[in-house]
Parts: sequence; C-alpha cells; structure tokens
Amino acid sequence: MNEQIINADTLPPSKGLFQERWSILKRNSMAYASYWFLIALFAFAIMGKVLTQNIVIFDPKTVRLSEKFLPPLTPYASKVSVKEDVPFMGVYLLGTDELGRDVFARMMEGSFVSLTVGFVAVAISLTVGVFFGGLAGFYGRVKLGFITVDTLIMGFVDIMLCFPSFFLILTVVALLPPSIYNIMIVIGLTSWMGIARFVRAEFLSLRDQDFVVAAKSQAIPAWRIIFIHMVPNAIAPVLVSASIGVATAILTESSLSFLGFGVQPPDATWGNILADGKTFLFDAPWLTFIPGLTILVVVLAFNLCGEGLREAFNPKLRTKL
Amino acid sequence: MINFIIRNIWQRFILLIFISIISHSVIHLAPGEPALVDPSNPRMKAEDIQRIRAAYHLDEPLHIQYFFWVRDLFTGELKSFKDNQPVLKKIWNRFINSLPLFMVSMMIIWFLAFPVGIKAALNRDSIFDRISTFLSYALISIPGFFLAYLLIIFMVKTFDVPVIGMRTFGLEEAPVLFKFLDRVWHLTLPAIVSAVGGMAVLSRYVRSQMLEVIHQDYMRTARAKGLSEDQVIYRHGLRNALLPFITMFGLTIPGLIGGSVIFETIFAWPGMGRLGFEAILARDFPVILTLTFFSAILVLLGTLISDILYGVADPRIKF
Repeated sequence: MNEQIINADTLPPSKGLFQERWSILKRNSMAYASYWFLIALFAFAIMGKVLTQNIVIFDPKTVRLSEKFLPPLTPYASKVSVKEDVPFMGVYLLGTDELGRDVFARMMEGSFVSLTVGFVAVAISLTVGVFFGGLAGFYGRVKLGFITVDTLIMGFVDIMLCFPSFFLILTVVALLPPSIYNIMIVIGLTSWMGIARFVRAEFLSLRDQDFVVAAKSQAIPAWRIIFIHMVPNAIAPVLVSASIGVATAILTESSLSFLGFGVQPPDATWGNILADGKTFLFDAPWLTFIPGLTILVVVLAFNLCGEGLREAFNPKLRTKL
Repeated sequence: MINFIIRNIWQRFILLIFISIISHSVIHLAPGEPALVDPSNPRMKAEDIQRIRAAYHLDEPLHIQYFFWVRDLFTGELKSFKDNQPVLKKIWNRFINSLPLFMVSMMIIWFLAFPVGIKAALNRDSIFDRISTFLSYALISIPGFFLAYLLIIFMVKTFDVPVIGMRTFGLEEAPVLFKFLDRVWHLTLPAIVSAVGGMAVLSRYVRSQMLEVIHQDYMRTARAKGLSEDQVIYRHGLRNALLPFITMFGLTIPGLIGGSVIFETIFAWPGMGRLGFEAILARDFPVILTLTFFSAILVLLGTLISDILYGVADPRIKF
C-alpha cells in the first residue's frame, strides 16, 4: 500500500496531488509514526522469515522439554540440550512456551505469516472490490435484459452485506479443510463490499469528466480507460480501506484461532500463539501478553495509518496548509 | 409514504429469497457432511450413514433440498440434525437469552459514545480529544477475547464476583432480589466487553459528524441570534448531526448474532451466537441456515426501519 503511493508519485499528472497529501499526512504525528513503525515491522517480518528458515538458532520448531515455561530474558542454562538448541544470544528474549520453544523465534515466524494473511486477504478483497465497483460504475447504464448492470451488481453487494460476516467466515472455514490459504481467501471474499461501493461512487463522478471522454474519443480500449485512467484517480478511498482492511483481517484471523479454526500448527501466527497461550494464563502470562500486545500495537498502527490517509485525502478537512 | 414502504418491503423480500438460495448452496456445497462428523465411531456403519442421509434428504438434488428446507421452515417442522428438536423453538430460547445482553451493551454504547464524541468534537485538538481518539483506536484494535480475559482476571481478583455463565448454579431457591442481582453480575462483564468495540467506533462517528455540523452557516446564525451556547450546540447542532445515526442504529441489530459468537463462547452465555457456533461444530445445517436467514431478516428489517425513520426525522426527504 505504501509502495503504491511511491509508485503513483512517478506518474506525472498525479504527482502534485500525492506530494501535497503526503505533506498533510506528515503533520499527523501519530499516523506518520505508525507509517514508519509498519515499515520497520515489514523489515522485521521478512528478516524473521529468512532467519527462521535458514539459521538453526532461530528455528521456532526446536523443542527443548527441559526448558519449559521460562519467563522472558532467562539466560540459557540447560545442561541437557544439544549445542544447536542454544537460542539467539544465549537468552530467551521472550521466554519459552509449553514445549520449550523460543517465543521470540515463534513471534518472528508469526509476524511473517500474520502479515501475509492480512495482505493476501486484502489483495483479494481489493481485486474483487475494484473489479465489481469499476464494472458497476463504468458499465452501470448498460442493460442486461430488464435490469441494468449497476442494479445487478449493487443488488449482489447488498446481499453480501446482509450476511453476518464473522458467522459466515466461521461457517465456511469450519466446513472447509483447515488450510492457511482457505482462511485468506474466505476473509478476502467476505470483505470486498465496502471497496466496491467506494470505487463505484468514485467512478460515477469520474466517468463523465473530460479526461475520460477524451480517452473514449481516441478509441482507447475500455479496460485501458478503466485501469490506466480511472482507477488511479479513484484510489484514495481504496487505500484507506485497504489499510484498515489489513488490521481487520489480522483481528479476524486471531478470533478464528481463538475458536480453533485459524491457521493450524506448526505454522505460527500471532493469533494462534495467543490462543495457545491462554491455557497457561496464570502459569505463564507472557504467552498471552506478548502476542496480545503485539496484535494490539500492529492493528493500532494500521488503523492510525488508515485514518491518517483518510484525513490527508479528505478535501474538506484540509485546513490551513 | 405507503407506496414507499410497500416498494421497500417488496425489494427486501426479493433480496431475502436470493440470500436464502446463496446461503443454502454455500453450506451444502462445502465439503463435510453431518453424517461424517464422527467418522471414528465404530458403531456408525455404512448403512447407518445411508439411513441418516435419506432421513435428512441429503441424497436429493440441491434444489429439492432447498425446497424441503423452505417448506419445513414455514410450517415450523424444521428439526435440528443434532437432537431432533424443532429449530425455531431452539433459536427462540437462545434469542431470549441473547436479548438482555444485546440490549444492555447497546445501552452502554449509545449512552457513553455520544457524550464522549460530542465533547471531543467541541474541544477539537484538546487533551481530551487526543486521549479519547487514541483510546478509541486502541479499543478497536485490541482482540476482543484478549480484552475479555484481562477483564475476567481483573474482576475475579478484585471484586470476587461470578462472571461466567448466566446464573450461579444452585441459586434457584433464592429470593427474587438475590437472583436478580446475581443475574446483573453475570450480565455486566459480557455486556461491557461486547460494547467496547462498538462504543469506540460510534464515538468516532459522533465526533466527525459534530465536526461537520459545527462549521455550518446555521450554527453561526444561531449564535448571531444570541442563543445560549447550549441551545446552539444541542438544539441546532446535535439534531442535525444525529441524522446519520438513524442508519447506524438499523445496522447494529444484526450484531445480535454475528458479533456475539466469541463473547458468548468465552462467557458461556447460552445465546444465539453460541448456538451458531455449536451448530457449526456439529454440521447442523438446519440451525446454521435458519440462523443466517434470521440474521438477514434482522438486517433487512433494521435498514427498513432506519429508512422510514429517516423520512420521518428529516423533512428534506420526500417519498
């Protein structure tokens, strides 16, 4: 999402707009701070993925049964385990869990998986939402038999909005075989309706503007008009929903994990570390608090970032530059 | 007006038919069958599974199954796969339990969100505004069950009150007042926890609505007339800011089912969300379908009510 802003910067016509909005976003200190926090988090997650896969001291699956339930910052002092099992820097930075696995290593692995769930789910909902919203906005007046395309698509959006979303996700995830891909797909396919509505609304005001009419008069193919000319102009509300969507997807995954239908072990996510840790709430509170507070902070950062973008792109709230 | 209502009901009726068809096909097309819930049970023989499938019409084509479901639902004959109880009665019993929880949490949401949002909007960028903004984002971002666990530990350790379930076991003979207070204690924590998220969202909405209204021309006019500040804010400002919340109110009604799955599971509250969760675990298709259908009816009813109320409240809207 952040990369998209930078890419859009290189397009000459939108340059001024995005630079202006960027400077507005900068003035919102909380949003700006969360933006940098998220960049750091992506770096951490990618580093975590590489390290946990390739370096043995970061292996989150190493079981050390003699080292169960050690609180955070306990130095490694086992005489039983083999040398390869020594954790990073010889210290359990975030303690160990019920199998003596290093929580720090598990959280590193979980960061990548959780963020992947969030981003893939949002990518799916963006694709579907922009597709249907664009279709309804651009071809809205075309008649199919007795109803217009717009009525048909918006009717479908209304139907989807009537389902209780968490209940629907839970039903489908519980009925399908447990797999991380199913979770991403189901979360994505049940959260595109808001984006479709935003894109349609933007397209309705864009489709009669001069640059679109000019593009049509040059016989530019419709898909090019939609994706090259119109979508970049309608992207602002979509970015906002995408940022908040990642936050919601991470929360939904953790709720599913809590009910036992989330990402299954051995894959670690923040959600299932938290869901496993709650059993040992009194004996090992760090197993609950570390993933719980991580989810809180990360989701908060996504939400603040999204709100910052919303304020920056809202022409009404653009007071005194 | 009457025309408008009739047209609206007709449109929603059509939507409802499509919803029932879609949810029916989603559930029946997904892999996993009620007959296969317990595959390791040695007493389940192939012919038993066959008999179960025949009894629940699972061998028929999808559209016939759909027809059976609709017929049974409207004659009230629909039976749960799990325990052969009538589905409507089961849902009604749970609905009665969910209702007080839902109403109390709605009351907490609406009574707290408005003062906080209005105060934050009136003192924009003050300390109060910043703190309430940050707090509401934090409350939106916290995983609900994590918060619930923290609160349970806190309540049990400090106040030593019962929080799990709907009533304390063995109090059936107690005096009415005692039973009532026991119920209130059990209700408090789940209601607060399920209100937290909604409260944060709503107070943000109230704040942004008030900010939109505050700089309108009619507010300046009202001040210029010499009205007191309270009258300007609450009679001229708040009334106009309130309009969109009629829509919000309609949209909160489906929270009765969808929003309560997690909290009813944590607090062992025998409500509709938990009924849905149990039905999902048991592949109890009639209960899942009827709950989804019921919740869709609630959504459509909620939007219908808010559409009508909007027309009543806002004289600018003509039917």
